[in-house]
Amino acid sequence: MSMVAEQRELRDDALNGLQLSTRLENIWRTPSGFFGALASVDHKVVGRRYIVTAFAFLLLGGLLAVLMRVQLAGPENTFLSADKYNQIFTMHGSTMMFLFAVPVMEAFAVYLVPLMVGTRNIAFPRLNAFSYWMFLFGGCFLWISFMLNVGPDVGWFAYVPLSSLQYTPTKRPDVWAQMITFTEVAALAVAVEIVVTVFKQRAPGMTLDRIPLFVWAMLVTSFLVMFAMPSIMVASTSLILDRLVNTRFYDSSSGGHPLLWQHLFWFFGHPEVYIIFIPGTGMVSAILATFTRRPVVGYPVVILSLIATGFLSFGLWVHHMFVTGLPQLGAGLFTASSMLIAVPSGLQIFCWLATLWDGRPVYRTPLLFVIGFIVIFVIGGLSGVMVASVPIDTQVHDTYFVVAHFHYVLIGGAVFPLIGAVYYWFPKIAGRMLSERLGLWHFWLAFVGFNVAFFPMHILGLIGMPRRVYTYTADMDWAHLNLLSSAGAAIFALSFALLLVNVIYSLRSGALAGDNPWDASTLEWATTSPPPPQNFDRIPIVKHRDPLWFHNESLPVVAGLSVERREVLLTSLAEAEPQIREASPDPSIWPLLTAIATTVFFIGSIFTPWAVLWGTPPMAVALIGWFWPTGSKEDEE
Amino acid sequence: MPVRMRTALVPSATLPLAACAGRQSALDPQGLQSDQILRTFFIFLIVAAVVWIAVVIALCVGMLRQKRAADQPLALHRSFERTSGRIVFVLGLATLVIVLGLSIVSYAGQRTVFAKDENALTLKIIGHQWWWEVRYEDGSPDKNFVTANEIRIPTGQPVKVELESADVIHSFWVPSLTGKMDLITGQKNELQFTAKNAGTYRGQCAEFCGHQHAHMAFAVLALSPDEFDRWRDHENQGASSPTDPLGKQGEQLFRARGCALCHTIRGTLAGGQLGPDLTHVGSRTTVAAGTLPMSPATLAAWIADPQHIKPGNFMPRTPLQSDELIAILHYLEQLK
Amino acid sequence: MRQTIVRNVAELPTYGYGPRSGPWWGAMGFMALEGMGFAIAIGAYLYLYAVNPNWPIGAAPPDLWPGTAETIVYLLSIIPNEMTNRVAHRQDLAKVRIGLIVMSLIGIALLVLRGFEFAHLNTRWDNSAYGSIVWLILGLHTTHLATDVGDTVVLAVLMFTRHAKPRRFSDVTDNVFYWNFVVLAWLPLYVLLDWVPRL
Repeated sequence: MSMVAEQRELRDDALNGLQLSTRLENIWRTPSGFFGALASVDHKVVGRRYIVTAFAFLLLGGLLAVLMRVQLAGPENTFLSADKYNQIFTMHGSTMMFLFAVPVMEAFAVYLVPLMVGTRNIAFPRLNAFSYWMFLFGGCFLWISFMLNVGPDVGWFAYVPLSSLQYTPTKRPDVWAQMITFTEVAALAVAVEIVVTVFKQRAPGMTLDRIPLFVWAMLVTSFLVMFAMPSIMVASTSLILDRLVNTRFYDSSSGGHPLLWQHLFWFFGHPEVYIIFIPGTGMVSAILATFTRRPVVGYPVVILSLIATGFLSFGLWVHHMFVTGLPQLGAGLFTASSMLIAVPSGLQIFCWLATLWDGRPVYRTPLLFVIGFIVIFVIGGLSGVMVASVPIDTQVHDTYFVVAHFHYVLIGGAVFPLIGAVYYWFPKIAGRMLSERLGLWHFWLAFVGFNVAFFPMHILGLIGMPRRVYTYTADMDWAHLNLLSSAGAAIFALSFALLLVNVIYSLRSGALAGDNPWDASTLEWATTSPPPPQNFDRIPIVKHRDPLWFHNESLPVVAGLSVERREVLLTSLAEAEPQIREASPDPSIWPLLTAIATTVFFIGSIFTPWAVLWGTPPMAVALIGWFWPTGSKEDEE
Repeated sequence: MPVRMRTALVPSATLPLAACAGRQSALDPQGLQSDQILRTFFIFLIVAAVVWIAVVIALCVGMLRQKRAADQPLALHRSFERTSGRIVFVLGLATLVIVLGLSIVSYAGQRTVFAKDENALTLKIIGHQWWWEVRYEDGSPDKNFVTANEIRIPTGQPVKVELESADVIHSFWVPSLTGKMDLITGQKNELQFTAKNAGTYRGQCAEFCGHQHAHMAFAVLALSPDEFDRWRDHENQGASSPTDPLGKQGEQLFRARGCALCHTIRGTLAGGQLGPDLTHVGSRTTVAAGTLPMSPATLAAWIADPQHIKPGNFMPRTPLQSDELIAILHYLEQLK
Repeated sequence: MRQTIVRNVAELPTYGYGPRSGPWWGAMGFMALEGMGFAIAIGAYLYLYAVNPNWPIGAAPPDLWPGTAETIVYLLSIIPNEMTNRVAHRQDLAKVRIGLIVMSLIGIALLVLRGFEFAHLNTRWDNSAYGSIVWLILGLHTTHLATDVGDTVVLAVLMFTRHAKPRRFSDVTDNVFYWNFVVLAWLPLYVLLDWVPRL
């Protein structure tokens, strides 16, 4: 059979240069026109959309933060009503966690992982497109609801019984719970794609110990997503059922228990923090290696730390519940397990410091953000050790101390590396460099603004200011620090405006990037900027952990893939030995149609349980359309 | 370490706080438990500060250090890789030792903070959206009574609060005396603390509980044991009937205008159960669960339009003529 | 950057079975996360069981026969399922068709039995937290059952069309694999739903 195929089919060993590029581009490109764009399954197109959408939600979530800081700048402020404030802080948390932080990390992975492992598309590209549409529709659903004054107002944690029908009889908590379903479906789909891409689509020779650290980080993150998110799905589903069809999961008068919600929520909620932080560490490792001009010290230590962090993250959710009256000894044990996570985090920091010690640092914007990350994140980590202690937590829990702590962890640990990553990979994605001048300003404004905004919150918490209060009385002596914090928030917000200016300016008139502007070592820099639809004309063969530093003359590649249809090379799990030339799906409109059908189903089912009945057939039809063979050549072997 | 030195770390905490508000700061411990927690906190703070400074020094030295001469990313020195590997390992081990040590410090502190005294004065606190019901249920039944939004306790004596919720989850927090504990629907929690010094300590709900979470505060008045006993005997009695005509009119209007449907005034016909008990409301220090200091003006403002002061709370606006308002105000004020 | 061709993969097959193929790993990933969903639901059941002094709450335990009958059918279904797997590996289209039809019929029979099981739970979802969690768990498994039955039926139809090409046999083996997961997931749920309330 393969003989017949070979005679029929043109392979890339018969072509070279421009001829090869053009042919590959023709079969891999996204169809032109509006409908073509809707049918795209290119991981770069989807990844770019994902990144832009996630940043749009960052902007929206950031605006809400500014509104809150205006309200809290002085005592007894009437800028926002209690009702608006409660919606706004809920929307801020939900947007940042579910529509920005997790999606943006997965978005970078969707764009970068296939390039970094040397393949032509992500595994399950149609699922990837579907995932993006679900994310977009879920995010729009939440924000349109908010515009219609149906924005959730029960906190991003939606504790029962406050979020139950009895105490919140509006549709607001349903909107929150169903937004969770949307975004978790999207996140879970991407997680499976990343795992399979890393397991099966690595370039030949990219053994487990040659996988770039960023890819390792995304692999661990994907497993965390797969094992943490089902918990919140069960929780949000049961909340909707309680509200819609009178189930009794959380009704303490019928055998339910409010703490069941907290256990389910935090069993997801704590790993969630690492789902956001671990990709950040991957970005740090990538940036650090490039800009200190040497590989990161202790590659195996970093990987083992990532894996250890992943495992430990499932064993410390109870530290969010220290003041719910749990047995004392149990709580004490969770103190120890929570603090233990400082060990793998610490090991990574030590490896990065050692890298900096031995390297020749080139102080470009990405490295500045990484240095800022170390300074800020360590504070967040150490205040994390404090809140892990039961007695200390009884004082600082649900106060501004905790607000300060997790912003140090999440902004310091994830957003600073992320911004570094934007400056680092923007040339690859856009083909042009971001302005270094604006980058320098951006960094200092962000660094100063962040610390001025969030450091005073530690003290505010200690002097008694609880979280989630829409105002406070003048005699509480919180006014000065709040004003300072609001001023810092304004500076911090300004720094993001600079980023926006930088991106818009550089997209038009930034310096051309070339393939590898930073002289980096990983495979995404082995192709053009931006990469062509097929990513690589020929799949590289990897013989070293830092292939582009190792092969600085000529890159070994593999030939023999089709140039008539979309084909990716599958390799073995551990050794990355080529196994299969697998067909990769063509563009398709069905993922979008399936996402629309699913959206109708999801939104319908917060209004009536019958949506399950009438919502299922369209989804089934769309799914059959999605998977039914089109009769094209690659489907018919 | 004396209290003053500690609080000096935070300028705003040392300001003399307004008497009506009372102190509300974990850095200003006035109870045995808050004292212990602050000690634990300072141990952690010192360790954290040392670690952070060490990391930043290492970072700066790393940045300023004499660098390799040529840009040869893969020309690594075997000796550096080996040494740095060892140092990373040792530092990892040190981290482990530190966190285990801190775990022990934490657990020791936890044992002290949560130590139980069987002879503690017991009271039950029930959280409501957005006020606190306080029930003194210690000793013989004829000494039990109910009050709201204000707790008086004797100094030097352990107090046990049993925490329950009438609706959603709240959290009981008086930082100057001890850490917080949640009031959870369908569950009974308890918390013990001892006030060292007499004074007024402000507490506030710390778990988001809906619309007016921000205005769900209360006051804890720590009194000398003698004073406490006097207060308790007085509080246990019903309200004294007004003697002047305006007061009598106020008492009558309190029922006629529907206030009594929600509020109880012991010793009168007013027996509503939905809102706070007002038997001795005139002696309390705040209005509307710590929202305003108690004064004739604030009380009048509250009665006249509770939805303006605390929008969304469950006390409806009752249309009153100004002379009616004055009468009711006069009546409530004398309920000392 | 210059490139040197050092290897040619033209001889490699265009599809494979089991861990060699991509979709197998995809199925594996989804099973892992769905398995986690079941584990969480079981955890929620046990939590409610632990905090309630009486269990089941205000109801008799479920009648045993529907769940037990299902369990027997599930276990027996592994035989035709495994046979379908073998003939798919041998690329024997006629026998794969028979296998898929048999598996579809078994799936439909199980869905009918599942209907009886809901009717014999002896509690409603809104009676108590016990009723809620029992309905949730059974519902969760039913969606998996229904999804796989739907998939099997579509595959069976597909194998009678012109699209019944060799690479479809790989899809059949993945479907077989997923069915085993549905069976495997059921066993602890059977013990939990039908026997734990009798403890």
